[in-house]
This record gives sequence, C-alpha cells and structure tokens, in this order.
Amino acid sequence: MGRHLRYLLPLVIFGVLAGFFYKGLDLNPTELDSPLIGKAAPSFTLPNLHEPDQSMSPDDLRGQPWLLNVWASWCVSCRQEHPLFMELARRGDVPIYGLNYKDERPDALAWLRQFGDPYSASVSDYEGRVGIDYGVYGVPETYVIDGRGIIRYKHVGPVTPTVLTNEILPMIEELRG
Amino acid sequence: MIPEIGQFALIIALCLAIIQTFFPIVGAARGNAAWMALARPVAQGQFVFVALAFACLTYAFVTNDFSVLYAASHSNSQLPLLYKVSAVWGGHEGSLLLWVLFLSTWTLAVTVFSRALDEAMLSRVIGVLGFVSVGFLLFMLFTSNPFERLLPAAPDGRDLNPLLQDPGLAIHPPMLYLGYVGFSVAFAFAIAALLSGKLDAAWARWSRPWTTAAWVFLTIGIALGSWWAYYELGWGGWWFWDPVENASFMPWLIGTALIHSLAVTDKRGTFRNWTVLLAITAFSLSLLGTFLVRSGVLVSVHAFATDPERGVFILAFLAIVIGLSLALYAWRAPKVGFGGDFKLASRETMLLTGNVMLSVAAGAVLLGTVYPLVHDAMGMGKLSVGPPYFDAVFLPLMVPVIFMMGVGPISRWKKTSVPELKTRLRWALGAGVIAALVFPFVMGGWSILVALGVLMAFWLFGAGVVNLVTRVTTMSGSESVTAKLAKQPLHYYGMLVAHAGVGIFVLGVTFVNGYEQEKDIRLDLGDVVTMDAYTFRFDGVVQVTGPNFKAHRGIFVVSEDGEPYTILHPEKRIYNSQQNPMTEAAIESGFFHQLYVSLGEPVGGGSWSARIYFKPFVAWIWAGCGLMGLGGILAISDRRYRIASRAKKAAAKGAGLAPQPGQGVATKPASAMASGVDS
Repeated sequence: MGRHLRYLLPLVIFGVLAGFFYKGLDLNPTELDSPLIGKAAPSFTLPNLHEPDQSMSPDDLRGQPWLLNVWASWCVSCRQEHPLFMELARRGDVPIYGLNYKDERPDALAWLRQFGDPYSASVSDYEGRVGIDYGVYGVPETYVIDGRGIIRYKHVGPVTPTVLTNEILPMIEELRG
Repeated sequence: MIPEIGQFALIIALCLAIIQTFFPIVGAARGNAAWMALARPVAQGQFVFVALAFACLTYAFVTNDFSVLYAASHSNSQLPLLYKVSAVWGGHEGSLLLWVLFLSTWTLAVTVFSRALDEAMLSRVIGVLGFVSVGFLLFMLFTSNPFERLLPAAPDGRDLNPLLQDPGLAIHPPMLYLGYVGFSVAFAFAIAALLSGKLDAAWARWSRPWTTAAWVFLTIGIALGSWWAYYELGWGGWWFWDPVENASFMPWLIGTALIHSLAVTDKRGTFRNWTVLLAITAFSLSLLGTFLVRSGVLVSVHAFATDPERGVFILAFLAIVIGLSLALYAWRAPKVGFGGDFKLASRETMLLTGNVMLSVAAGAVLLGTVYPLVHDAMGMGKLSVGPPYFDAVFLPLMVPVIFMMGVGPISRWKKTSVPELKTRLRWALGAGVIAALVFPFVMGGWSILVALGVLMAFWLFGAGVVNLVTRVTTMSGSESVTAKLAKQPLHYYGMLVAHAGVGIFVLGVTFVNGYEQEKDIRLDLGDVVTMDAYTFRFDGVVQVTGPNFKAHRGIFVVSEDGEPYTILHPEKRIYNSQQNPMTEAAIESGFFHQLYVSLGEPVGGGSWSARIYFKPFVAWIWAGCGLMGLGGILAISDRRYRIASRAKKAAAKGAGLAPQPGQGVATKPASAMASGVDS
C-alpha cells in the first residue's frame, strides 16, 4: 500500500496548486490594497539613474504631491502606460519620479531615449531592495505620495487612461486643494 | 437574427456534448453497443453546430454588425478584412469559441481516422472529449456569451487592439489553440485507457500521431508568437518569459516528453504509467494556460483579455477535469505498472533521462510563473520573477537533454554497449569540439557560452550524421546507398530533422546572444551609423496613411561595404481608433543576419531617436522551430500508422476481437531491428 501512495502525489500537488489559484483569484493583483496606503512612504537613498554619483531620497520631495512609477526596460507592460506618462509630463500636472527596478543602467537609459523620458528624475534600484520595502508585486506599479510623504494610492499594472482620469488625477487635485 | 442562430447552435452543441459524454462512457462500461454507437454521430453533430456558431460570429464581424457587443468591442468598420476575421478570436469570448471549435474538430478527426479502433475504446475517447466540450460550452454560455447584443447598436466598433493587427498574430492563436486543444486527444486516450484498464502498447500507438500533430501545431504557434513579439514590440527580443508565453511553453515541454515516452511505450511496452501521467499533465497544463491567460491571476503583457469573475468558473472546471483524472490515475496506475525492464545503459534510460529533464524544466517554469502568486497567497509579500531566474535554471537543464538527444537515438533498446557508443559518437563529439573552438573566432570573439552553444549544436548535427551512416552501413543487402537511404522510414527522417532543428535553434540563440550589436542613438538628418559591414544613413521621416492608421515612416538607406544594399522603413503608427503609438520595426533578413531598425520618438529639430540592431543568425531561431515542426509532420506521415490501422481493421474484422499490440512492427525492415538503430 505504502508504495502506491506515490501515485497520489500528482493529485496532491495539483490540489495544493488549485488552492493557491483559488486564493489568487481573490488577490486580484491589479487592485491590491497595499498595506502601505496611509503610511509613510518607506525612505531610501538611491543613485540617480542619469548621474549615478548623485543620490536621491523621497524626503527631498516633501511639500508637494508626486507620483512614483516603478518601471524597467525589461517590462513589456511599461510600454503600454508610457505614452500616458509622456502626456502627463508634458502637461506638468504632477512631477513623476521613476524607480528603475532591477534593471541594467545602459538598458534603462536606452529605453528612456527610445520611448521618451517623462520622469523628473529616476533612481535605480538595481538589487530591488527598495522594491521590497514598497511591496512591489510586479512592474509597472504607480504610487501617489502626498506632500507629507504619505502613500495615498497604489496601482499595480499599467496605468490606463481610466485609472489616470478617475483615480490618480482627482487624488492629486484633492491633495493640492 | 444571425447572432441568435449562432447562440441557439451553441445550446444545441451543448446538449449534444452532454449526450456525447454520458452514453458512450456509460455504454462502454456496461457493454451496451447501442449507447456506444451514439458516440460517432453525436460528436459529428456537435462539430456541425459549433462550426455553425463560429460562422455566425464571423458573419457578424465581416458585416460590421455592431449590435453584437463582442464585435463592437473588438472590431471596427475600417479594419481590413483579414483583421476583421482574425478579430473574431481577438478577445475572450471569441477565443473560447475558437477553442471549442478546435476541440470539436479534433473530435471529428478522431471519429474519421479511428474507425479501426475497438468500439469501447473509441466510445470512451469520444466521451472524454465530449466532457471537456461540455465544460467549455457551459463556460461560454453562462459567463462569456459571444453573441450578447448591444442595444442600441454602437455606431462603430472600438477596434481590434493594434498590437494584434498583424498577419503573424492573425494565425498565431489558431495554431497555438490547435496545439493546446490537440493534447486533449492524447489526454482522452489516456483516460480511456485508464478507464478500461488496458494500458498497452496499442494504446500508445494510437495516441502517437495525434500527440505529434498537436505538438507540431503548438511548436509553430509558439514560434509565430515569438516572431511577432520580435518585430512588433520593437525592442528586438524574441522571448520574454512572460506568464502567457510560459503558459504555452509548459505544455510544449511536457508534450515533447510525451512524444518520446509514447514511443517507448509503443515499442517496448515500458514507461506506461509515466506516459499516462505525461498525457494527463500535457493537457492539464493546456487548461492551466487557458486559466492563467483568462483569469487575470497573473499580470502579463497579454492582460488585454482578463476577468477574475470568469477565473472562478475555469478554476472549478480545471479542478474537476484535472482532479478527476489524477484521482483516476492514483487509483489505476499502480495496477498498470511501469512495464518492461532495461539496463542502465540502454535507449530507455536515455529517453527517461531526457524525459525527466524536460519535466523538471516544465516544473521550473511553472514554479517561476506561479511563485509570485504563491508567495502572495502565503502572506509573505509580493515579488516578481523575471528572466534572470528562467535563464539561470534553463541552461543547466537543457545541456543534459541535448547530450541525450545525441546518444539516445543511436543506442539500443534494453541494453546498449557503452564502448560501441563511444566509438561511434566520438566523431560527433569531435565535430562539436572543433566547431566550438573555431566558430566563435570566425564570428568575432571566443566566449564560454558561445562555445558551449556551438558544441551542443554540432554535437546534434554530428550525432545525426553518425546515426544515418551507421544505419545505412549496417543494413544488409547489396543495394546502393541511395536505395538504402530511400528505404529508411519517414518517421526516422522526422526524428533526424527535428533534432537538427533543435541544433539550428541553439545556434541561432547562441549567436544572437553572443554577437548581436545594438545602438540607441539620436539621429539628425543625414547622420550615419555603422554596424558590422553595414552603414545606415538616416534620410528623415515622412508621414504616411494606412487603411486605419497614420504613421511616421523613417527612411534608412543601408549600404554594405559601401555598395547600396537596401532601404529600411521603420514606422511609428497611430491607429485612428486608439491613441497609443505602435512601433513597426523594419527588418532586412539575410541568411546569416538581420538588420533591424525601430523608430523611437521625435526629439526636436527634425531629429529622432532610433534603435538599430545587427542580429546575426536570429532567423535561425524560428527556422529551427520550423524544422522541429517539419520533423513532426514527417513522423506523422509515416506509412506505418496507416499500415497499423489497416492491419488492425483486418484483424478486428476477422476475429471480432480487439487486436493485440505490435502488429505494425512486422512491417518494419528486419535490418533496422538488427542494427538496433530505430526510433
């Protein structure tokens, strides 16, 4: 009997997987409530992507709301949302800062040259440590951070025009107001 | 009116599918011939109604019927006809309908080509296929009805995602789906065999051509998808380890293992319960792929068609189909046994090793794909798994597989002589080592990874040549070499071609990774860029208008060693109905390289940013896939399948009994058996 149990193994493995998938359905990755919302944005000091000898920290940005966009040159979905950020940067409604996540610097710079650079500045998180602090699930992600450095909103996945007009921009208005 | 007919046809198809599941399976269990006899006509009827539904939906697209919600959200009156048709499967509902259409097509093929199969087995196979169809039809009718009306009708459609408006992508999903769904036949054969308890070599023989056919479609489908990503996404990559790509790659890996395992079960009667498990797994992973793509559980490039609500339904269906199959497996497999023994040095061992490696690779891909989800569900936080993980696990797994691909086909069943193998294969290894030492220098710089890739590719080519030479020289008889070559069965050439295809693929990947050159630059009018022997001159950008888009078209005049070579026109397109710009790379394809130019953004003053690549051997990646597919086609075309089915038919008629396995073997040339070099 004992050796027959191994034939049950595939079923057991599938059962465990199915359990995770079921849980996964509730954890809709694009609408996650981040435990960080309402809390202070985790602090960091990271090198500037363009000038690596200069570093940057979110504490430098106190006083005005801003967007933190997590991106990478290897991230295909980032290409989808990128034109929106280009447009947003052109209008100048809100400064956008980029967290270049687990990326090679030359790749990242090349990517910005090709698709345009909407970021007031980008910092590089080569090892992804800051990403862990922020609970980065997948790239791209976008955070709204207010003038006191509190995370007010988080969007996982590419920002769509709907999300931008219905969620992000009103939130910025409110924070300004 | 037409959409209502379509919907009604789907409902009838569902009713037929229920009949097709119940009566044949129960009939086979009870030995009720009348119930079993329903299997064939009902399955054929189901095909007719599903095809009718599909035709109705296509009609709605072609005639711009935007009162059909699905057409209004995925088509547009300005869309060229080709894309109106391909838009039918451009979204969730239509791709499901395509899925079901293919399922019923495969079932139809089974009813047509398996006439010689014994009645109980055929009934069970068709019944299992019917069960799968019931699930998908229910899913469609309850959560994803493609015929839902939109009242009042939309004045025009929202348009097909411009990324999908491409000839490659028009045929990529159907190929992929034919592959996915094709594994349902192997799955149905496996379940039918488990139900009957007759897991013999005959079962394996029947499954083989179906499995190979599905695998061929899947191979071509994946290759087309990769080719599309390469030129449409505009950054020169051909594989991204995206969850949806992984979802198609996992069944491919297991399907590859299954083809080889089936061969062993067919020839040697061994590996039985392993083969059954692979057959169940291959189809389960196809279903899982559908779930992953459609449920929105994973974030991906393909996220244009996700909906978590539907995920619950697919997951429940998945749990029933896969859960029941694996439970049946746990119950019946111990009695089936592994079957047949063999020595450590034997072709069986080589095939088993390759098999296990491919399965482990599929497991690693599965792990990488679902790990972020599992991590999150365990409350351990969120993370992402990127290409570095996959690259790191994949190479070490594939090296032994490729080694076995050289050794396996030349070794004997049951017990092979190691010294003899060494003598024969030293030429192949020698060719590999010399190529690995020389080629990288010719290409412009030696590196360990390039050398390894070249070694593997030439090892495969060398082993193929050695195999063919051995086979011809050990053949008895005094015919000429050409006559002997002509006598080799097609499936044998299929194996050689497919394995050579892997070698070509490996070379392509190796050289493009090792020697591609890339430049991201800002170009003013008349600027010149040189790469390898090619000089690119930027002659500015013109505006052009397509059928449903406007575009900036760059002009790059290319010369080779100073001689005029070609003009490349990369585009940046804005589709009328949507605002996101699309990159259309311009590619000049030679035998040994591709020149690839993609246009970036205007950076002011008439200058543009652009990306220029010199990609050596990149086309070999897809050529290799094409050869693998061709190998599969050769294997299916082999006459032994036709002989086997004819022999069976005669035997079944004569004795009125199910024939015993192995009849087809008698038609094999005796010399091939003597040399032991046989697939």
